[in-house]
Amino acid sequence: MQFSEQWLRSLVNPPLSRDELAHLLTMAGLEVEEMRAAAPTFSQVVVARILSAEKHPDADKLKLCRVDVGQASLAGPLQIVCGAPNAAVGMRVPCALVGAQLPGISIKRAKVRGIESFGMLCSARELGLSEDHGGLLALDDDAPVGQDLREHLQLDDALITLKLTPNRADCLSLTGIAREVAALSGAALSLPEIKPVPAAHQQSRSVLLDAPDACPRYCGRIISGVDATAPTPGWIQRRLERSGIRSISALVDVTNYVMLELGQPLHAFDNENLRGAIHVRYPRPGEQLTLLNGQTVTPSADTALICDEFGGARALALAGIMGGAESGISAATRELFLESAFFSPRAVAGRARALGFSSDASYRYERGVDFELQRRAIERATQLILDICGGSPGPVVEAVSLQDLPARAPVKLRSARAARLLGIALAPAQVEKLLAGLGFPLRREGDDFIVSPPSHRFDIEIEEDLIEEIARLHGYDNIPSPAPRGQLAMRPLPEERRGAMLVRRLVAERDYQEVVNFSFVEAAWESDFCANAQPIALANPIASQMGVMRTSLIGGLAGTLAFNLKRRASRVRVFEIGRCFMRGDRSAQVPGYIQPLRLAALCAGPASDEQWGEPARNADFFDAKGDLEALFAPRTLRFEKLEHPALHPGRSARVLVDGQAVGIIGELHPEWVQKYELAVNHGAPVVFEIELAALTSQPLPRYREVSRFPTVVRDLALVLAIDQPLQPLLDALREAAPVIVRDIALFDVYHGKGIETKQKSLAFRIVMQDTEKTLADVEADEVVDVLIAVAVQKFGASVRA
Amino acid sequence: MHNIEQLVKDAAAEFARIDDAAQLEQAKARYLGKSGSLTELLKALGQLPAEERRSQGAAINRAKDSIEAALNERRETLRRAALSAQLAAEALDVTLPGRGRGRGGLHPATRTLERIEQLFRSIGFEVADGPEIETDWHNFTALNTPENHPARSMHDTFYLEESPGVTASGVLLRTHTSPVQIRYLQSHVAQYGHLAAMPEIRIIAPGRVYRVDSDATHSPMFHQVEGLMVGENVSFADLKGVMADFLRRFFESDDLEVRFRPSFFPFTEPSAEIDVAFMSGALEGRWLEIAGCGMVHPNVLANGGIDPERYTGFAFGMGPDRLTMLRYGIDDLRLFFDGDLRFLSQFR
Repeated sequence: MQFSEQWLRSLVNPPLSRDELAHLLTMAGLEVEEMRAAAPTFSQVVVARILSAEKHPDADKLKLCRVDVGQASLAGPLQIVCGAPNAAVGMRVPCALVGAQLPGISIKRAKVRGIESFGMLCSARELGLSEDHGGLLALDDDAPVGQDLREHLQLDDALITLKLTPNRADCLSLTGIAREVAALSGAALSLPEIKPVPAAHQQSRSVLLDAPDACPRYCGRIISGVDATAPTPGWIQRRLERSGIRSISALVDVTNYVMLELGQPLHAFDNENLRGAIHVRYPRPGEQLTLLNGQTVTPSADTALICDEFGGARALALAGIMGGAESGISAATRELFLESAFFSPRAVAGRARALGFSSDASYRYERGVDFELQRRAIERATQLILDICGGSPGPVVEAVSLQDLPARAPVKLRSARAARLLGIALAPAQVEKLLAGLGFPLRREGDDFIVSPPSHRFDIEIEEDLIEEIARLHGYDNIPSPAPRGQLAMRPLPEERRGAMLVRRLVAERDYQEVVNFSFVEAAWESDFCANAQPIALANPIASQMGVMRTSLIGGLAGTLAFNLKRRASRVRVFEIGRCFMRGDRSAQVPGYIQPLRLAALCAGPASDEQWGEPARNADFFDAKGDLEALFAPRTLRFEKLEHPALHPGRSARVLVDGQAVGIIGELHPEWVQKYELAVNHGAPVVFEIELAALTSQPLPRYREVSRFPTVVRDLALVLAIDQPLQPLLDALREAAPVIVRDIALFDVYHGKGIETKQKSLAFRIVMQDTEKTLADVEADEVVDVLIAVAVQKFGASVRA
Repeated sequence: MHNIEQLVKDAAAEFARIDDAAQLEQAKARYLGKSGSLTELLKALGQLPAEERRSQGAAINRAKDSIEAALNERRETLRRAALSAQLAAEALDVTLPGRGRGRGGLHPATRTLERIEQLFRSIGFEVADGPEIETDWHNFTALNTPENHPARSMHDTFYLEESPGVTASGVLLRTHTSPVQIRYLQSHVAQYGHLAAMPEIRIIAPGRVYRVDSDATHSPMFHQVEGLMVGENVSFADLKGVMADFLRRFFESDDLEVRFRPSFFPFTEPSAEIDVAFMSGALEGRWLEIAGCGMVHPNVLANGGIDPERYTGFAFGMGPDRLTMLRYGIDDLRLFFDGDLRFLSQFR
């Protein structure tokens, strides 16, 4: 809502500076979003009348003017050389006197092509009023000659823009803002007097409320014999323009002016185009209407229409939203039908948006227009039209359905409740005083108040709404900010859980940088990395590459890798913790969708930053696996071979904790590495993706007695088929091992010289210890023999010589 | 007599000239060995008269002690020299870089979320969580924002497709973290509703939210932190106290003005917008919108199963991305989400 400061001050003028006024509004919840001067600073510019304009003797494009500046020149008319094409005798124009300061220049006595010039006649651009430089700024024919231009055009004004919240529709008018300023500042309110304009003839059009829920009140009036071409007075044009509304024609300007002044949207029909009675009704199936903006619409069944009886029934306008092209006024209009109606917010809300536009009328109606205002507004508009365009008014026809008008149930306000909710001491007398400032009718009952919300407020329904009014008028600033008191109960902090923040820190410690990727991704990522042909799609994506919800974090990390490789990164290690989104059954928290939190990480390029002390090598599967194992420590993970659309089939695994699959790890599939250009140093990135829930639990440590007896260590190298996986062998060895075996760990894998080509050697270190006694060598040897037997019998192993 | 003194002097002088441990041991033999000079003198003692033998013996013993002392001193000197030489040879260029893997870092917004969590935990707030695909009911209706409420147009909402071309009804991407309020209130009532008095609710709920918007200060996905405190006597003054304290602790500055300005949210009444202004720095004196807040609307408490007559509470929602930008001087929100390591690695 933009408006002119001067206009507001004509209604209420508190002794506050411009900035103080803005602060008052902002701190009352009417946030001043922008405030700028109506015109730049300039001085000594007056209204002048051109007495004569002759061609300059020595220049074709210059004119030699004599101008009357009234009392601004004691020596009588001034001689001024002027180059404007529109300078003409009798025209009233701005004249900068000698000594004037204009934006960027100061005016001095000068000789122009040999002729003396005592000032400058100005265009709008030269004064900084607009970009118009087509000629001199033409002033009204009755502009008082000699008057200071700033005064004449009220240029010492500010354009104030409020960022209004949806509950304060009452402040979508100058009257509403003025009412608020009066309540806040205590200054007197002086609204324009509105007198009923008596009917000069009895011509009228009856109004039928066929949809009284949508339109409970409708006032209409015929005004005949108007001059639609009459010019709009400068003061109305100025106020409209300073409120951001372009002047169009006197009739349109008046309807807009009254809307800004009172908050009541009006509509003017060309009465000669109307037939029969006016109906407000819902559309018939398929009924169409061409609007003033040229758009042809088929309104939904719950959008009310203004209709007449042409051809039985004809739609004229979308009620409270926009008029129709056919019935609107034009320069040829001689007789108009003026509409001032109340449409209920529920009947207008969202309708314009559904049709793809917004209008000043729908914006106001959907937030709430004062339903007692219609008759006053039509009288106000009538008077202005008669003043400007002439004409003769008929009677006001008012149709009303009282039971459909908004209810204004009294609201009870308990002083004690207000004090408790706000946390301040608040005596009933103080509450009464604050409420009185708002002018709401109220009745006191002991310490409580029964308040009747006025028709212009749509946001006073419950006690809390009144408490907010009290707080606003008391001033939020005047409410203290103590530290709150509360119960000092300790919060549970289970030792077997760790938070996502700690997990993030642990991953970062493993040299991964956290990223935050969008939850919506390209459909191609879903099909490539997840083989997901039917992703959950957004109905209104912001861009096609953000069209579907991700089921994996891997696509996003691949995207991050590609982004950084394009910026010449040579080593990328990133991770993300975020949600993935899958279809699920109706029992999910949000029925139909499951949304697990996951951790995913990607490493590409050298295992460590290039350094002098270590040979450079790419991070590989086992680097990432080591990171993953470290994250889960002290719990141990198991890995099973896995086929996954994102991953290299020979270099990928399912990750299990306690027999539960919790995620995947592997090298990205070479096909995607090529397609998305993800190779670093000719190597493929390695990724893992894990359910976060698996990482946020951790075991409670349990003590086990530390043996006093020494450990015995034996190394055992077994030769096996080269494709023999370790895990089953290790499982079998551990299962067969007697209790004295504390640990069996692989410490070397070898194939090459000394081993047959299709075989490999696995070397294990076996640690043994008894809690009762020192082990004898012979006992240790027996254990090794048992393990060898298992390896030989079950896996065809031989002991390496 | 003169002989012996000379011998000691000669030995000391000879030892001092020697720089090699093996040569030193050979020189020792020349004085103290089986046929060393001093040993020879000792052997000759027996030929001396008894009274002379005694004094001569004592002199030889003193000379032996002196020579051994000189020898040990020289040995120690040589040992030290050898050690110094060894240490010098073993010296490293300690200015070469250390070996091993580096360390990654957290996203700047995560840093902020972590600090917010820590600050609120310190006054007894727990961290709660909620789904990002949310029901229309939780995101709007339960928060006192029915269909067609003008406040819905304050959020440009992402909707999902049921099937190609058909918008799914009843679900959306949450536009704020406020639906967590409803979910938490309901679970709190389920857990404690049977008690004579329910314990106080104090939670924050950080998370990702979504709106159809994209420019230098708006991202279609961003972070929000919801806060909720409900109890038998929680007031607007308490809300002011908590938030003013939080902002000063977060920015680690008292050089900061905080103001509460009336505003409107369907789910709070009274409502306020919180602005801060720094008293120094690039943004000096400018009011910056930081959070929306207010007293939980009675309809919201009722939708969560709580008696609004008995319990009151406050709620707030703030933008941690904005706080992060102010804290670290970042001027473009888009940097948060495009994964540029040159940006992200600055926040280790």
